[in-house]
Amino acid sequence: MNTIQPLVMQARGLVKRYGQVTALDGADFELRAGEILAVIGDNGAGKSSLIKALSGAIVPDEGEILLDGSPVHFRSPSDARRAGIETVYQELAVAPAMTIAENLFLGRELRRAGFFGRFLGLLDKPRMLSESIKHMSDLKIGIRSMTQPVETLSGGQRQGVAVARSAAFAKHVVIMDEPTAALGVKEGNMVLDLIRRVRDKGLPVVLISHNMPHVFEVADRIHIARLGKRAAVVNPKKIGMSDTVAVMTGAMRPEDIPAECLAH
Amino acid sequence: MKSVSASPHTVRLPQLRFSSMTLRPRLPLATLGPLLALLAACTFFATQSDRFLSGGNLSLVLQQVMVVGVIAIGQTLVILTAGIDLSCGMVMALGGIVMSKFATELGLPPALAIACGLGVTALFGLLNGLLVTKVRLPSFIVTLGTMNIAFAITQLYSGSQTVTDLPPLLTSLGNTFALGGTQIAFGTVLMLALYGLVWFALRETAAGRHVYAVGNNREATRLTGISPDRVLLGVYVLAGVFYGIASLLSVSRTGVGDPNAGQTENLDAITAVVLGGTSLFGGRGWIVGSLIGALIVGVFRNGLTLMGVSSIYQILVTGVLVILAVATDQISHRTSR
Repeated sequence: MNTIQPLVMQARGLVKRYGQVTALDGADFELRAGEILAVIGDNGAGKSSLIKALSGAIVPDEGEILLDGSPVHFRSPSDARRAGIETVYQELAVAPAMTIAENLFLGRELRRAGFFGRFLGLLDKPRMLSESIKHMSDLKIGIRSMTQPVETLSGGQRQGVAVARSAAFAKHVVIMDEPTAALGVKEGNMVLDLIRRVRDKGLPVVLISHNMPHVFEVADRIHIARLGKRAAVVNPKKIGMSDTVAVMTGAMRPEDIPAECLAH
Repeated sequence: MKSVSASPHTVRLPQLRFSSMTLRPRLPLATLGPLLALLAACTFFATQSDRFLSGGNLSLVLQQVMVVGVIAIGQTLVILTAGIDLSCGMVMALGGIVMSKFATELGLPPALAIACGLGVTALFGLLNGLLVTKVRLPSFIVTLGTMNIAFAITQLYSGSQTVTDLPPLLTSLGNTFALGGTQIAFGTVLMLALYGLVWFALRETAAGRHVYAVGNNREATRLTGISPDRVLLGVYVLAGVFYGIASLLSVSRTGVGDPNAGQTENLDAITAVVLGGTSLFGGRGWIVGSLIGALIVGVFRNGLTLMGVSSIYQILVTGVLVILAVATDQISHRTSR
């Protein structure tokens, strides 16, 4: 990215304590339009608490979260979802015996117009079917039939369904929590392609991953979490994998990162 | 086959067609299996007893099946959510005693007495549901407990005495009308209507799909913003209502309030659901399969009686049937992973 894009999501000074343990200790976060921002960090670095705060799964004790410049207060994942933030989870969060179309619209079923839809909750299956085809082909997920049960798909294709669901309903941000962790090499690469396509559709993506090759392959910027704070944001095209890991583990101080390796 | 086509079994032909239209193209065996098993059982008993295919006997089978059949609807809903309800038969018996005692001893208007019976069974469903969702106990243990509680209350309240001299409304669903040489009970028609209603609701409404989703993957369902607890609570209460309707059918069929009702129906209903192809692992199944399963159980009981097999052996056969069905479910579950 040559020009600096506007901020879509921003967090300032997030603090979250669990008894004696401080999971977030004044963490900052910035997500820009049209980017894939990878969030990495060692265990206990506050990475997952940060993501949970952004996706509404926890409520931070202090600090603020801004979405498109205005403050938001998520008390539950549903709040975040209503604000246009969708999350893809590490475990394949699909209902295996249900069809692709049903999974895409689970909890957000389209209902028929008029009395039958509003009061009896009757589903508009033809429209859900045609919209599923649209959402899946938007991301170039080549699946023949939307009426096949998800359990007939491979792990990568199942994650594809989860990604397509998020991309279809997210208005602002897609958060992906270790989306490739449960997958093999080939399937993982397939999901990486999907992540790029989601970004290319115009949705910024927050990617949490332990897999450094994956992070370096798709990320536009890398947010390094350490000791409950943001240690640095680096540019994967300038910095090497070993220096990144060194900052993450504390072997290298953030101040020692060469200036040209930092991302803004 | 020719012997079967003239019987009320023709009713099931449209259901075969529906199975090919469902959104879940399962193994053809999974949906066809129960139907074939039913046809095989009918053919077998037809060769063993001349009376089996008589109009009078088939009408008897259908009347015996209506109680198990309606309990099996509630049981199917619970099993679809990956739960199980062991209290179904005992709750049904309690509902029957409440209806008959309220209508006779308390002298309530019959309709109100029926409503009270339904209220009690729904309340038991609510209790099961609350314990499963709020206290997070396994449904197996919860309903094992409520099964005994319902049984004890039934015995205490009735003094283990059968309630007789019921007003006609309480037995009206046992009345029959003639149809092609057999007598069909109104209760059987009600059962078929309830199956149709639940089949439609499970297939065509958001709430129906959420029942499947909760059974499939409770955590994934929660993450989509659906409240699994609300779905489960609804399912258990609704199951209680179906047990209450079964109470009325049971009272109608026997003409009395029987404190010892429901004892065979308890396992028979679970057997029917599993024979019908609904998975005990939850999230997979077909409500119409439970009707076929109930018919299989009914045909076995009736056919074995006609052959002069003692009731102890019938219990043995039911036990074998349920294990066979669960084993099939387990094996198909393993291969589908």
